[in-house]
Amino acid sequence: MNNSVAKEKIVSLRKKRSLEDMRFKYYGFTAMCLSLAVLVFLLYTIFSKGYTAFQKTIVLLEVDYNQDVLKLTPDSSDEEMEKGKFFRVKKQAIENFFPNLSKSDIKLVKKLFSINADNEIKDYFLDNPEVINTKQQIWVTAHSDVDQLLKGNSRRDVSEDRRKLNDIQLSYVDQLVEENRVKQVFNNFFFTKADSRHPEIAGVAGSFMGSLFTLFTVFILSFPIAIGASVYLEEFAPKNRITELIEVNISNLAAVPSIVFGLLGLGVLLNVFGLPRSTPLVGGSVLALMTLPTIIIACRASLKAVPPSIKEGALAVGATKTQAVFHHVVPLALPGTLTGTIIGLAQALGETAPLIMIGMIAFIPNIPTGLTEPSAALPVQIYLWVESAERGFQEKSAAAIMVILIFLFMMNAIAVFLRNRFERKW
Amino acid sequence: MFFWSLVLIAVGIFSSFIYGRSRIKLNSKKQGTKSKSLPTYYAQYVLMWCLFPALIVYFSWAIFQEQIIQNIVISNFEFIEGAVYNEGLLLAEIRNVANNPSFADGKSIEIINAASHYSSLRQISQISFYTSIIIIMLLGALYASQKLKPEFHAQHTIERYIQYILIFCSSVAIFTTIGIVFSLIFESLRFFAEVSIFEFLFSTEWYPFIPIREGQTAAEGSFGAVPIFAGTFLVMVVAMCVAVPLGLLTAIYLAEYASQRVRKTVKPLLEILAGIPTIVYGFFAFVSVAPFVKAFGQSIGIDASPTSALAAGMVMGVMIIPFISSLSDDVINSVPQSLREASLGIGANKAETIKKVILPAALPGIVGAFLLAISRAIGETMIVVVAAGTAPNLTGNPFENVTTVTVQIVVALIGDQEFDNPRTLSAFALGLVLFVITLFLNIIALQIVKRYRERYE
Repeated sequence: MNNSVAKEKIVSLRKKRSLEDMRFKYYGFTAMCLSLAVLVFLLYTIFSKGYTAFQKTIVLLEVDYNQDVLKLTPDSSDEEMEKGKFFRVKKQAIENFFPNLSKSDIKLVKKLFSINADNEIKDYFLDNPEVINTKQQIWVTAHSDVDQLLKGNSRRDVSEDRRKLNDIQLSYVDQLVEENRVKQVFNNFFFTKADSRHPEIAGVAGSFMGSLFTLFTVFILSFPIAIGASVYLEEFAPKNRITELIEVNISNLAAVPSIVFGLLGLGVLLNVFGLPRSTPLVGGSVLALMTLPTIIIACRASLKAVPPSIKEGALAVGATKTQAVFHHVVPLALPGTLTGTIIGLAQALGETAPLIMIGMIAFIPNIPTGLTEPSAALPVQIYLWVESAERGFQEKSAAAIMVILIFLFMMNAIAVFLRNRFERKW
Repeated sequence: MFFWSLVLIAVGIFSSFIYGRSRIKLNSKKQGTKSKSLPTYYAQYVLMWCLFPALIVYFSWAIFQEQIIQNIVISNFEFIEGAVYNEGLLLAEIRNVANNPSFADGKSIEIINAASHYSSLRQISQISFYTSIIIIMLLGALYASQKLKPEFHAQHTIERYIQYILIFCSSVAIFTTIGIVFSLIFESLRFFAEVSIFEFLFSTEWYPFIPIREGQTAAEGSFGAVPIFAGTFLVMVVAMCVAVPLGLLTAIYLAEYASQRVRKTVKPLLEILAGIPTIVYGFFAFVSVAPFVKAFGQSIGIDASPTSALAAGMVMGVMIIPFISSLSDDVINSVPQSLREASLGIGANKAETIKKVILPAALPGIVGAFLLAISRAIGETMIVVVAAGTAPNLTGNPFENVTTVTVQIVVALIGDQEFDNPRTLSAFALGLVLFVITLFLNIIALQIVKRYRERYE
């Protein structure tokens, strides 16, 4: 009897213990799932907020290229055509479409069209100069407020003073929609234009090029320096205090907050050396210094992975140490170092704070063409758009995030490809 | 200028190499002896002497040209008695006129004169730049070609030079640290010359607005950074409250329970979380989490601000999860297998083994990981810039709006940067505090982790 009580106790204790074991396991499982759920939710948020930015709203206008209104003749030179009065043509087209408008209403209706509409009417004309004195059906870009309304991003059921479009404008938009004069097409501006104050014509081309130039600078500076440093530390450095100092330095530098590197760029590169502000050259230099420790650590790992027998073989047949290292060890480690560099570049691509410090936050409405021209960068562009009060910029920022994530994904894919393709198992 | 000078240098590299190679072959033929090293080494020798002096000239020119020209232009400027000039604005104006003659309309005659002076100086500088580069390259090649004799050990010399280059590459890290420390300390000293260090560290009022122009009536600024430090601390605590349980439990699950397949899929996914740029987290915090926190606060009767410490901290915690989980995973994996087996062998189940054996054994390493994570959280910028506030607020309530050190650095440096103004300089003082604290945390953490590793190796 005593025996069975003890047995029962043991069984219940064991049950309790194994229950505890189960519970602990599920805590871990839940934690893991929660972390992954946040990742999914994050990506979902970006996609759901951003996919609409890849479309823009365009409106069909019947434009009368009357030569008197344009103040042009059929034999006008190209230069004269550039200066044609296209805004008057647009105004006339609007008036023709909505007859009997009062002056104040014309102003309201004009605000339904993008500021770029004049240019589109003009470009169409410059491409086809023979349309002078004819009527043409032209699709022009709608204003961001109309765009947001039709995409359902801004609501129409709130009171008038909290809306961008008032009741009169809404009725005109509805009229346009009813007559099938509005449609949504692929937003080419998003990929071909630089930043703008007007959301409907703002794009990522400028900041994308800026990021490319910046990354180019980072690569040019950090790759050779990182290889040199890691070859020295791994193969040549004597074991002394200076070497130890360098190693401690590198590992501490890897953990310095990025914003401090921005202060370094501002205090030294801009103020002491007087390099040009807001340029990919300075941004790239700062990011190169920042990613250098990461790349050095990766390069050293791949140098370490080359078996010593390779070097010893070279030394045995009479190569000097420099020859053994540079002719045999470094080429074998090169894929690994490239992989590490690409991962470092991916880190540099997403870095925002140092670039803000050195002035890459300035509003740059054109696409940069060189390293020493003021330019934006993708992450800073996202920051500018997130901070912007204009509703149309929110979807742009999410779409720009998609662009940067795809860019990052491709860089990592290249790194993985390099590793799988060229990495040798010894 | 940039492109053509590169072309020039490339031509120099190519021709000096060819020259060195053919020259040594010729010389050894003339003397009838074999050269001590392969011809390539002599060619490399000429190349290095041609390239490196030219590069030094190139970079110093690129760095100092603009400054020197500006100084000359300013010192020759015909200042009008009594007028007040701002040197920076004046220079910008002169440069604009010089680059764009159409801006000259309506500018005063002194500026137009200075602009033409500026452009003529630039021209002189360009011409002398190219000539000096060419001369330096020729001189270098000339010097090197004197040594091109068969009995000269070119290979030894080259290998010594390569050593120097490698040492230079490794010392870039040291130069960077020196640069950081000097720029932070130098500008901070200028800041502390105007604001007392005790006010900065212990006063609770941060009001960094100072009359920029003389005669402007604005309140005297005050620079007490305590609310900023408190805000940073609050956000960091919230972040750690999210990241520590999730990260540590994930690491335990992955290291001890998960099958090989789960590990193989989950680890890269967590790496994605680690690789997402912080501005993306900022966007997420701003668009999704902050409204949620505000709504949640309202539902339990707390008036939450639209940008709260809680929203920023939670998202920052998510950002740190992979950091903690991968570091803890390493640490847990390096606990010797024998400890696990001993514990399981005397009848403990897995949870008991983990809680009573593995975690205590791994504790120092895990603490090190936490310290590194804290230093990460303190230095993180973009999430808080977007999702926490900019107004200092001394509070312990996470639903309120707080500001952090990094936010204040960004705020102080966006827009006009006047380096004679404590408002701009305060960024460097805050940066110095940030640098010292993160460095301190890192050194401790690395020490702990190192000592822990040594114990089990």
